[in-house]
Formats: sequence, structure tokens, C-alpha cells
Amino acid sequence: MSMEDRLDDLEEALEDQLEEDFEECKWTRTYNEITLVVPKEQLLPVMRILRSHRDLGFEQCIDVCGVDYAAYGQSEWNAEDAPNTGFSRGAERSAHAHVDMDSRFAVVYHLLSLSHNVRIRVKVFLDPDYPVVDSVTEIWNGANWFEREAFDMFGILFNGHPDLRRILTDYGFIGHPFRKDFPLVGQVEMRYDEDKGRVVYEPVTIEQRMLVPRVVRHDHRYEEGSEPVKEEEQADG
Amino acid sequence: MAEIRNYTLNFGPQHPAAHGVLRLVLEMDGEVIQRADPHVGLLHRGTEKLAEHKPYNHSIPYMDRLDYVSMMCNEHGYVGAIEKLLGVEVPERAQYIRVLFDEITRILNHLMWLGAHALDVGAMTVFLYAFREREDLMDCYEAVSGARMHAAYYRVGGVYRDLPDQMPRYTKELLGNEKDVKYRNQAREGSLLDFIEDFTERFPKYIDEYETLLTDNRIWKQRLVDIGVVTPERARQLGFTGPMIRGSGIAWDLRKKQPYAAYDRVDFDIPVGTNGDSYDRYLVRIEEMRQSNRIMKQCVEWLKANPGPVMVGDYKVAPPPREKMKDDMEALIHHFKLFTEGYSVPEGEAYFAVEAPKGEFGCYIIADGANKPYRLKIRAPGFAHMAAMDEMTKGHMLADVVAVIGTMDVVFGEIDR
Repeated sequence: MSMEDRLDDLEEALEDQLEEDFEECKWTRTYNEITLVVPKEQLLPVMRILRSHRDLGFEQCIDVCGVDYAAYGQSEWNAEDAPNTGFSRGAERSAHAHVDMDSRFAVVYHLLSLSHNVRIRVKVFLDPDYPVVDSVTEIWNGANWFEREAFDMFGILFNGHPDLRRILTDYGFIGHPFRKDFPLVGQVEMRYDEDKGRVVYEPVTIEQRMLVPRVVRHDHRYEEGSEPVKEEEQADG
Repeated sequence: MAEIRNYTLNFGPQHPAAHGVLRLVLEMDGEVIQRADPHVGLLHRGTEKLAEHKPYNHSIPYMDRLDYVSMMCNEHGYVGAIEKLLGVEVPERAQYIRVLFDEITRILNHLMWLGAHALDVGAMTVFLYAFREREDLMDCYEAVSGARMHAAYYRVGGVYRDLPDQMPRYTKELLGNEKDVKYRNQAREGSLLDFIEDFTERFPKYIDEYETLLTDNRIWKQRLVDIGVVTPERARQLGFTGPMIRGSGIAWDLRKKQPYAAYDRVDFDIPVGTNGDSYDRYLVRIEEMRQSNRIMKQCVEWLKANPGPVMVGDYKVAPPPREKMKDDMEALIHHFKLFTEGYSVPEGEAYFAVEAPKGEFGCYIIADGANKPYRLKIRAPGFAHMAAMDEMTKGHMLADVVAVIGTMDVVFGEIDR
């Protein structure tokens, strides 16, 4: 059975299982991957179904990933109006975000079914001020460290996690480094202080450089319904 | 008199058996482990955050530095995800080259693991043997990419360049002895493919050598059998992949189950264990090396018979050749755009996983239409395995901790990222 057939079966099973009680759960299928968006209150019951139902059977939680959508779609160099106005010289970060900030954070789970040989991606959007979601460690024990990582990097809290400590950052680290408002160069730097005889932390002295600005380009070739460009045509530009 | 029974032992981060920078806080009752708390992150470099600030192509060398003993498999996971988003079809020859080098990488990784694991447990010789073969394979890396470890050979749309027609040779200036030069250049007279073919002929004998040293060795068995047993149920629960889940008897291999590149066109078997202990995982990995050797042979045969392009002809993602830039304006523009701004990836998200030597290595990319990824999440197999440290060592002796770390095949480049 090909991957397409297996995904068709999965979509059917999802429809059967989620239709009645969880009609707010919507899924999309792109690049032969299914993304299921679940409201955060329903995460645990939906996950239990995904884990335990015979037709779904996602025995493994492959990955848990935090996402911060605060700067989504922003560019540092305006290329949109360039044909009319010419390019600006400087690269600047645009001031406001165009994403709906009601759902700044998201947690993305990648599940794998060994018995059906399919994957699914489950996405939960969270509150920007108080990003908290139920922990799935009860359902998949392996999610423990992945949730600790999401907490460490994004400050997302997991309700019912047995041991929610920082995992990758330094002892005594302040802040959540993968948030979009955390600078790439960090906040503090450390060095050995000879007089004090120990390592000291100081505010960073280096400046963040931008070598290549971030540019969003809308390529007609990837737009909905466009024909793939043939190779000869490309050679002519 | 108050009796103090449990005490805490600090293992690492500067311990040779910690395989890098692992700090383990062990709660001991006498010599028996009650609780193991691994402190990871000492090698955290923020690869994912760095990648958000760079055009897509600039992050390929970072991938080499994640799991720094299976470099090209990491690159494969990363470029695979971008290719999925872009909808790029990789030429068949490039797919075979990728399979060939994925398998070379697998052998490199397993040899490193075997040598280090045996050394931890107390056998010195295997380490030296393993590095003898690693030398040959690293020469292959060097021949195609110019670098012995951090190759950056896989690119979006194919591989950087075709395999060289001539294997680099030793010179008299380097060795200072004509006889030595002749001896060392025996296998290097032909092309890289000839060299690899010669290697695949020799390699099974070398594996037999390792096996004579270890498989029936009494000490080896005493140290590995029934150590770190993982049942199939627990392996699934804990998110194990790769040899760790196959050692527990589950025949799960992405190369077979969800084939990518040219894996559906080569013939190989998946070895599985029965008891789920360290010894089974050792046997699984040894057999995997033999299977990799088999795959390499088929790839060499195919690559010798089928010349062709190794990079897509789409100049929006792959740079045009130098000669073309001399008289083609379009090619020059494409080159300029690619090397100043890079290519923009259409909005969307994709996850692409490869069967890396340690397990499932996956890249999850969220693209917002820019020339840099919006979010890159790297799913490292070692991270899930390390998380099971507590469960696998509980109730074992202190000396077994070293054997368990060894059997997990951890590299902190990928765990800490």
C-alpha cells in the first residue's frame, strides 16, 4: 500500500473518530502530511484516541516542538514595492506583526504509527500571556524531555508534567531563548574574573549583525493552481 | 550512630566514558543505581535559532556539526525537508550517491560506536581496528567534498558535485618512502568508485575480525548480556528509533517502511534483536554494517553504469555552472541572486525524516515564504534515547552505567543541538 492510500485510510479514520465529539478539530493535508489542529482544551482526549484507537494507533510520539509565531511573515527588507519605489538601502525589521497575536505560541506534536505506518502532526495554539497546555507524558512517556525542552526554549508550561525543569540552557539561565523577542546574541556573556576568582556574568558587549536580510518573496510558481515550469522555459528566464 | 546509605555521585561532564559532555547525577545505594538524572545541554549552541537567522543553504554545514559522527545523514534530513517544501525532484544519480554516502556514514558511525563502546568496557584493540577502516571511509568523504568530516556535500536539489574520476593518492613527499607509497596506493589507482568497491570487498573480513574479538568474548558478554533491557512496549512508549528499537525486536526501519532517495531500489535486510539488551543491540549494529556494505555494493554497480546529472537544472535553487555564466546573462543573475539572497521557500510546513545510524533524524521546517526558515526543529534520535537513561540504569551497578551510555550510542552534538 502506498503512502497516499495509507493517508486516505487515516483521513477516513479521523473523520469517524473525531466527527461527533470533536468537531472543532480540523485537519489539512499538504506534502502528503496531515496536520490536525486541536483546541487546547480537547488535546488530551483527542491524543488518547489517536494513541489507543485500533484504526489510528499512534504508538510513538516522535517529537514535540514549540513554535513562536510572533514574527511570522515579517521581512527585514521590503521587496514587494521595489518595482515602483526602488529598493531601500537599509534593512529594517518591520514594526508590527501581521499574525493574530491571540495565538502566538503553538505546540506541534509529531506522532508515528508503527502498525499503520503513517505519521500525523497535531498542532495546538496557546494563549500568548499564559501559554499552558496539558502534558502528554501520561500517554507517551517519551514526551517528557521534549516537553521540558519546549518549556526551556519557549516558556510553554505543561500541566501535569512530572518534572518540568530547564534542560538545555545553563544553570540559572534567565529567559526563553527561542522566543522571537530574545536576541540571537543573547543577554549575558560570561568570563573568568581573576580578582573574584570565579566566572562572572555581564551584559553582552557584541552587537548583532545582519549579513543577509530576511526577504519574503511570493513566487508565482508555487501559487495555487500554477503549472510547474518546464526546464527549457527556465533556461530562458 | 546515624547510618547514611544513599549518596549522590557526580559522573562527568569531563569523564572519558561520558562520550562528550554528559553530566550524570547518580543517586546510589552502595553500588546500585537508584536514580540517574542526566544533565544535558552543555554543548547547546542554539542551532535551530541560528538557522532562523540564515538563508537556507547556510545551515547545511551546521547539520554536519549536530551528530558529528554521522554527518551526511543529518544533511540528508535537512535538505530533504527543504526539497519537500520546494517540490524539487532530485536526479536519480544524486539519489544513488546519497544512498551510497548515507551507508558510508552508517559504517563510519557504527565503527566509531563499536570502538568507543569496546573501549569503555575495556577492550582497546577494537578501537584501533575500527579507526583503520574509518580512515578509508573518511578518505571517501574527502575525495568528494574536500573535508574529512564536515562535508556539506548534500545540497538542495542534489549533491555538490559528481564523484571524482580519480581517487587522491599518497605521494612520496608525504610518506618519504617509495615502498610505503606503493603499498598504500594499491587500492587508489582507479576512481573513487573503484576504491569503494575494493573497500566493500575487504570490509566483511574486517567485521569478522571485530566479531572474533568480541562476539564470543566472555568478558564482553558478561558486561553486555542482560544490561539495559528494554521491552518492545517500553521502546515504543519512550520514542526509541533505529537500532535501539530494533534491538528490542521491532522491525522498524525508515529505509524500508517509508523509503526515501533510492532505498526502494536496493536490496537489504533489517536485523532485529530478541531480548532487547545491550548485547542484542551490539549484534544488530554489527549486522547493519554488513547490510550497509551490501547496499554500497549495489550503489557502486549502479553508479558505474549510469552517468548523469547530480544536481537539478533549476537555477532558482541550484547555481548555474561557471562556463554558462561567462556568456549567459540569465545565469549570471541567477548566480548573483542565489549567493546574495538565496532562494525563497513557499509558505508551508514539512517534516522529513531519515534513518540516521542512531535512529530517526528528522527536520521540521516552518516556512513563511522568506529566504530563511521561520522555525527549524531538529528531531535528534539520541535525545529520546538519553531521556530513557534513568529507566535503563535503575537497579544496575555503577560500572553498567558506562555500558548503557555506550549502547545508546549518544553524541552530544545532536542531543544538545
